[in-house]
Amino acid sequence: MPFNKALKPLALAISLGTLSLGAQAAAEQYFPLQSYRIGPYAAGGTGFFGGFIDYLQYVNANGGVNGVKLTWSECETEYVVEKGVECYERLKKGLNGAPAAATNPLSVGIAYATLDRSTADKIPLITINHGRTDSTDGRVFPYAFPLQLNPYSEVSAIVNYIGQQVGGLDKLKGKKIVTLYHGSPYGKETNEVLEKLAAKYGFALTLLEVPHPGNEQQSQWLNIRRIQPDYVILRGWGVMNPVALKTAQKLGYPTDRIIGNIWSNSEDDAAPAGAAAKGFISITTHPSGTGFPVLQGIKKSVVDAGKGNLADPKRFGTVYYNLGVVNGILNVEAVRIAQARFGNKPLTGEQVRWGFENIRLDDKRLKELGALGLVQPLKLSCADHEGGGAVRFQQWNGQEWKLISEWVQADRALLRPIIEASASKYAKEKGITPRDCAKEI
Amino acid sequence: MFYSEAGQFSTRYAADRRLFRLRRDRLGLGLLLVFAFAVVPQIGNDYWFSAILTPFLVLSLAGLGLNLLTGYAGQLSLGSAAFMAAGAFATYNFQLRIEGLPLLASFALGGVVAALLSLVFGLPSLRIKGFYLIVSTLAAQFLVPWALVKYGWFSNYNASGVISAPRLDVLGLDLSSPAGRYLLTLGIVVALAFLARNIVRSELGRNWMAVRDMDTAAAVIGIPLARTKLLAFAISGFYLGVAGALWAFTYLGTVEPHGFDLNRSFQVLFIIIIGGMGSILGNFLGAAFIVLFPLLLSNLAGLLLGGLIDPGQLENIQKMIFGALIIVFLIREPEGLARLWQQFRARLRRWPLRY
Repeated sequence: MPFNKALKPLALAISLGTLSLGAQAAAEQYFPLQSYRIGPYAAGGTGFFGGFIDYLQYVNANGGVNGVKLTWSECETEYVVEKGVECYERLKKGLNGAPAAATNPLSVGIAYATLDRSTADKIPLITINHGRTDSTDGRVFPYAFPLQLNPYSEVSAIVNYIGQQVGGLDKLKGKKIVTLYHGSPYGKETNEVLEKLAAKYGFALTLLEVPHPGNEQQSQWLNIRRIQPDYVILRGWGVMNPVALKTAQKLGYPTDRIIGNIWSNSEDDAAPAGAAAKGFISITTHPSGTGFPVLQGIKKSVVDAGKGNLADPKRFGTVYYNLGVVNGILNVEAVRIAQARFGNKPLTGEQVRWGFENIRLDDKRLKELGALGLVQPLKLSCADHEGGGAVRFQQWNGQEWKLISEWVQADRALLRPIIEASASKYAKEKGITPRDCAKEI
Repeated sequence: MFYSEAGQFSTRYAADRRLFRLRRDRLGLGLLLVFAFAVVPQIGNDYWFSAILTPFLVLSLAGLGLNLLTGYAGQLSLGSAAFMAAGAFATYNFQLRIEGLPLLASFALGGVVAALLSLVFGLPSLRIKGFYLIVSTLAAQFLVPWALVKYGWFSNYNASGVISAPRLDVLGLDLSSPAGRYLLTLGIVVALAFLARNIVRSELGRNWMAVRDMDTAAAVIGIPLARTKLLAFAISGFYLGVAGALWAFTYLGTVEPHGFDLNRSFQVLFIIIIGGMGSILGNFLGAAFIVLFPLLLSNLAGLLLGGLIDPGQLENIQKMIFGALIIVFLIREPEGLARLWQQFRARLRRWPLRY
């Protein structure tokens, strides 16, 4: 009877699942990884989680964090929200007694769906370079961290850069900018603030949506050809990016007028478009390259030892991989800082959150970490869960990315009131009382 | 031996017409409900409530909605997810815009909105049948998410078009905990499943089956085709709408229009194909298969093979195994898991005799 046969492994899995929770407590800090290695966004997922895991291995190879070893396990989400939620619930309890430090789903949809859960379970939710913008306000969102660069800062920096290119922000008046965005919560996140910036600087803004996953963009680019914009901001993700570049070339839009955002900035976005990508500009917070001391360290103690996580070793030092490394650095740094206060032992999510809120990365510390130039200086606080807000611009020369600008800062003072207004609206809808940051130590 | 009718006599017509005529059925179902309502909340943990039981129940309800339309009334549809989306967003807006409206009333109103929408998209069924009807319901699948994205009003002008659930309060009880969400879902699903079982045994249900089996013959014997078909669409839409609202509110706690894309419609369709068309129980079996099996595979793969194989390949292998299992099940029993259960019962009845 097939049905009976089906029940046996089910019972087995249930009993195993409960057993594994009750094992002995080890002196380890656990990272639950909601990774995605298959599906349309596998390129991003394998690179990011490869870099993240390799950095954790590197830390372990050098004795862990003050003697506390790091451990992790993966659960495949395929970038699908309900799978991500399932993985969150599966992994949040920790592994063999090692408590979970923070979750890093690398998906806005999953981050949205686990936001309330993270707050209730007191586990930090890290959305590096993406996430819900108003979660920058740590008073309302105590456990969400859009580290380095939230979506509003990202577009603000792009608009500032375009302003530099046309000779000053006042010259933006009358210019035409099209934003081509991925049809997902992530893609739509910035539409509102773009409209505000358009109203402030007087440029004409057209928002065009590309349905997920974005492998058909003919009509959007025909529209762009009709509008003849001065710049196109590409807010893409995964397969949408090379398709956009190819379609642009087919319809004769100049590539060096297309500015890719933080998720359109990897080798995997530009290279598949071949010659069509040459001249494509994008922003980055984490330059590619293998020259940084921390990457050399990973190469020596992890990759050369045959333990590297990447299936294709050629991707070592690429944009997604380096972002994973940056994410690893920030997560581990938060653990280290929290240990200084709570003791050198495995910490709870609540304690690690304190660590995140007290991240202070200056040039000196970055040099110690071997990540000077790879990570921007960061200073987080109870109220500010972002910390940085600067990007550099890079251009694809057909083979690799070349940096073409210094750090361009977002207008964070302009954005903060918008973020606070949005956060307090959320707090009201949800009945949350914002924390008083003066009382946090 | 088991499930034998021997000795159970109906002495009144009412006894003959009850929902479950066999005493063992009633007893078994009663025990199951007691277990689900009273025991499971005691022994379950967050993972079981939020990641397994709640989506299983919600998808069962969605399957039930489609099964009423496709399995009983014979109208093919690929718009299930669109009606779920309509229900979810309608419920959200009723909660948001009408102060003090009870949550259950919002769910019901969300279902009604989805029912009306479904009715509109059911109109072509009066003229076209089969695969052509699929195309017209497919229109709903594209139109509804598009409208929800296009007009910010539906998501209260949220920047990214994502709605998030309000507090879950029913009659003053706070049901926001995972166990509370599970109980709320369970309560609604059980009530609607009983209602569905009643409907399919009523005159309407019998009309549906007549239309399904041959609509010309049904028209000849005096069944009003238009009314019957449209009611099927509306009632199915109501069930799907409530399922969508539960998906958004008790399961994920947040939802974006693209969470209800064509893949979700296919998922619901697969549930009823695998579970069994024209069966109430089949929806639960089908949903269990679709929800639990991938999880089981993934947990087992992690335990047995974790670290041995590249994680990406491990995922692909699971997909292959799951696909192969679907094929095996459908070859062994094309009429679905519900049919297997029936055969199992028939065997029990004869046991220990073989023939």
